[in-house]
Amino acid sequence: MLTVLLLLWPVAAALLLHFFKGSAARVAAFGAALVEFVLATYVAITFNSSSTDQFSVNLPWIASAGINFHVGMDGLSLLLVLLTTFLVPIILLASFRRSFENASAFYALVLFMETGLIGVFTAQDAFLFYFFWEVALIPIYFLAGVWGGINRAKVTFKFFLYTIVGSLFMLAGFVYLYFQTGPAANGLAAHNSDLASFYNLSLSAQEQSWLFWLIFAAFAVKMPIFPFHTWQPDTYTESPAPATMLLSGIMLKMGIYGCMRWLLPVVPLGVSQWQNLVLILSIIGIIYGAIIAIRQQDVKRLIAYSSLSHVGLMAAGVFSLTQIGLQGASIQMLAHGVNVVGMFFIADCIERRTNTRLIPDLGGLTRRTPLLTVCFLVLLLGTVALPLTNGFVGEFLLLGGVYQYNAWMGAVAGITIILAAVYLLRMFQRVMLGPDSSFSETITDLTGAELAVLVPLIVLVFWIGLFPNTFLHLSEGSVMGILSEVVKR
Amino acid sequence: MIREVKTSRYIQRPPMFAIVLLSVFGLGNLFLGFLRSNRILLPAAMLMLGTVLTVNFLDWNAGPQSFFNGMLIVDNFSVVFTGIVVLTALLLIPFSEQYVLDGQPNLAEYYSLLLFSLVGAIMMVAYNHLLMLFLGIEILSVAMYVLAGAQKTNLRSNEAALKYFLMGAFATGILLFGVALVYGATGTFELANIRFAVQNPTNASLTPMLYIGMLMMLIGIGFKVSAAPFHFWTPDVYEGTPTFFTAFMSTVVKTAGFAAFLKLLVQAFPAASAQGLWLPTLTAMCVLTLAIGNVGAVAQNSAKRMLAYSSVSHAGYLLIGLVAFNGELEGASANSIFFYSLAYSVATVAAFGVLKLVSEQRMREDYDGLNGLAKTNPLLAFVLTVAMLSLAGIPLTGGFFGKFFVFSAAVENGHIGLVVFAVVMSMVSIYYYLRPIIAMYMRDTDADTAEPLQVSGFQSAAFLLLALLTVVLGVLPGIIAGIL
Repeated sequence: MLTVLLLLWPVAAALLLHFFKGSAARVAAFGAALVEFVLATYVAITFNSSSTDQFSVNLPWIASAGINFHVGMDGLSLLLVLLTTFLVPIILLASFRRSFENASAFYALVLFMETGLIGVFTAQDAFLFYFFWEVALIPIYFLAGVWGGINRAKVTFKFFLYTIVGSLFMLAGFVYLYFQTGPAANGLAAHNSDLASFYNLSLSAQEQSWLFWLIFAAFAVKMPIFPFHTWQPDTYTESPAPATMLLSGIMLKMGIYGCMRWLLPVVPLGVSQWQNLVLILSIIGIIYGAIIAIRQQDVKRLIAYSSLSHVGLMAAGVFSLTQIGLQGASIQMLAHGVNVVGMFFIADCIERRTNTRLIPDLGGLTRRTPLLTVCFLVLLLGTVALPLTNGFVGEFLLLGGVYQYNAWMGAVAGITIILAAVYLLRMFQRVMLGPDSSFSETITDLTGAELAVLVPLIVLVFWIGLFPNTFLHLSEGSVMGILSEVVKR
Repeated sequence: MIREVKTSRYIQRPPMFAIVLLSVFGLGNLFLGFLRSNRILLPAAMLMLGTVLTVNFLDWNAGPQSFFNGMLIVDNFSVVFTGIVVLTALLLIPFSEQYVLDGQPNLAEYYSLLLFSLVGAIMMVAYNHLLMLFLGIEILSVAMYVLAGAQKTNLRSNEAALKYFLMGAFATGILLFGVALVYGATGTFELANIRFAVQNPTNASLTPMLYIGMLMMLIGIGFKVSAAPFHFWTPDVYEGTPTFFTAFMSTVVKTAGFAAFLKLLVQAFPAASAQGLWLPTLTAMCVLTLAIGNVGAVAQNSAKRMLAYSSVSHAGYLLIGLVAFNGELEGASANSIFFYSLAYSVATVAAFGVLKLVSEQRMREDYDGLNGLAKTNPLLAFVLTVAMLSLAGIPLTGGFFGKFFVFSAAVENGHIGLVVFAVVMSMVSIYYYLRPIIAMYMRDTDADTAEPLQVSGFQSAAFLLLALLTVVLGVLPGIIAGIL
């Protein structure tokens, strides 16, 4: 029942939020998100890492069609639920300095989205998964569309269309798979849509070949993988800071998680057929994102492209179909979530103080802002994957996985670390150091509230960097399970 | 006799509660008309519809009961579809408040016509005899012809009424001609007997006559549900008709029409030889309807015309449910049409409800008339958003499961190509369903739209109920999915 509680609490809180106004609303939302995090932590403590699929609840949802409300968690799900419940309060706290018109609606949408995300990470039934997949989309569309920048209508429209088209393909694939399954357990329906039944289907290689693209379309758009990424930089830039953090910190992981849970074990033959192509696309994305990031003048856009580059590496690790590749993706999902939220928050801090995000307008900010500089540097080095930081563990394992699959691909993908150092350090140098700008003397350092956002993130940067086993341990069983499903057929 | 029907209940209590009550209430309502006030007529109409809705479900699971010498059959199928049309009317009635005709001498007539037209709709879902089908369609249509012209001084409304009447009368004629030919070929009006005659033809020379008759009936009903290529009247009539009645037209008429359609195909023409003719015809109509409805809606600048084309496109999705026909009045096909009609009706009533307020108070029906509605009337904006998402088939709303059930029924029957086409068309539909949302939430108010719309508390409650119903259908579809 804990999983259901985790799903229901944010919705309930979102509805209750209607009775709060203005700043009371954000405090209430933050409180609700904290409660959710405590709940998730409790789940993590009682979690038994030696067995899979725990806290599971299986209720009839559409009994006449054999579709069940089946949720549950294994280590991988738990990892992402922890990431979600940890980042949402951080993101809410990060938005305290901005006041949003109609605040209660804004924060209600954030909480509402949290339910969708947790649902995606815990659903064990294909149509339930699809349901939550879209439930997570609607709030972010409105968050970005209503509270975003000037071009928001156009940009979010593109985002919505891309993602919904992708997910409709996935739905079509699921419907096809559904009709291949055997009768439902309740005896009322001729088919069922449980994840386990999908794993046990025997599909021909040819079927799997096109099913792969149907299902992958949704994940490829969501991550996004080159060339499905064109919605991403604009959407990240136009969205208000909390929405950008939700998109990059958590929503992007829906795609990676979806591949691991709903693609690799379901159509393994299709995966092995297209593995090479997907890896090549991912690696193109890595290089392409990095090269464009070097050219960016806008801090937020630069981070957006850097995120594109990093997600390419995660996808490559997943599609290497090696244990360390998948483990690397699991830990890198956490690490990237922490780092990218931190980076976007730093960008937001600078923008609020200077009213600009353009690198040429900034410079020499470090003199008055020692705390900001340190925090920025730590998160940046985490993103660059310096040893002892979280990024290192993830990228090292990911590259190891890609290398095992194909040494040349591993070598090319490895350029990402060098390129990341180039564009990130260059940005740091031009924004924080460099010749003085008009803001150098007037800028103020981080406030206590801002530190409250950054300190937990920085703690995690080092925690994951120094003791990755806390988290790797959790996902190990799931990753082995996924790989054994892949090998089985 | 081919059909076994229970007649014992006939003696125990009065038959056909819904039809009898509606007829009596319709007449009674005319007497209330002396009061000429919405303050009495509106609650009275709601009370009447509420009573009918409750009473209707007394027949649930009572087994097929036959009335009037087997001309009407009340079974679970007719009960649920009666439920939809009466519920739709009940949900719609609150928006007649502040209706332009308020205070006019013939206000009561309009309420009575609504009630009478429901009698026609119920006959369409319960018929077992082709004459009853014809009568039902006519009772419904004649009332709609009058209601389309309810704004007597408005030229557009006059045009709509005349157009609808001329085209409708023509279509009814074709339908009647079809009925006559089918009668000529089979010698019977009863569905079960027609089915028997089609399956065991005695005289091969009559077969062409039978099939021509069948196709003419398809055309007649296709016109009523605005399926392409018989849809041409729809945009103009919908636009000219007062919005309140447009909502009625696009929900009740369509639901009843599709129930009648399904019943005709399932009970009279399930024979393989007949299917060989109507299945390709309906498939072609379906593809055409989806394409014209969706592409047509993209090109519109008026929200009301967009909804008219969208109503054409939804006829296309419902046609998929017919094509996915599985030979019974229960099972995937009938259930999907039931769920789809319900979800579509609720969302359409909500959409037209908001549009009616906008067009009456701002005198404009284009998308820009909705600019900044989220700031001036958050509730209306929210309700219209839910309605649009439901019509577009996005999860969390009933529309998603409507499409899901229709599509999976079709996939189950092997119509994969058709479903792929329909999915592509629903991707197109997202474009025009998002436009009102963008206008409401992402554009600022302008001079015309700065003033908040006046909404009574009663209507707000009705709007909330509609949104809630849509979401409940989208979150807990299991409560009614598969009840047939």
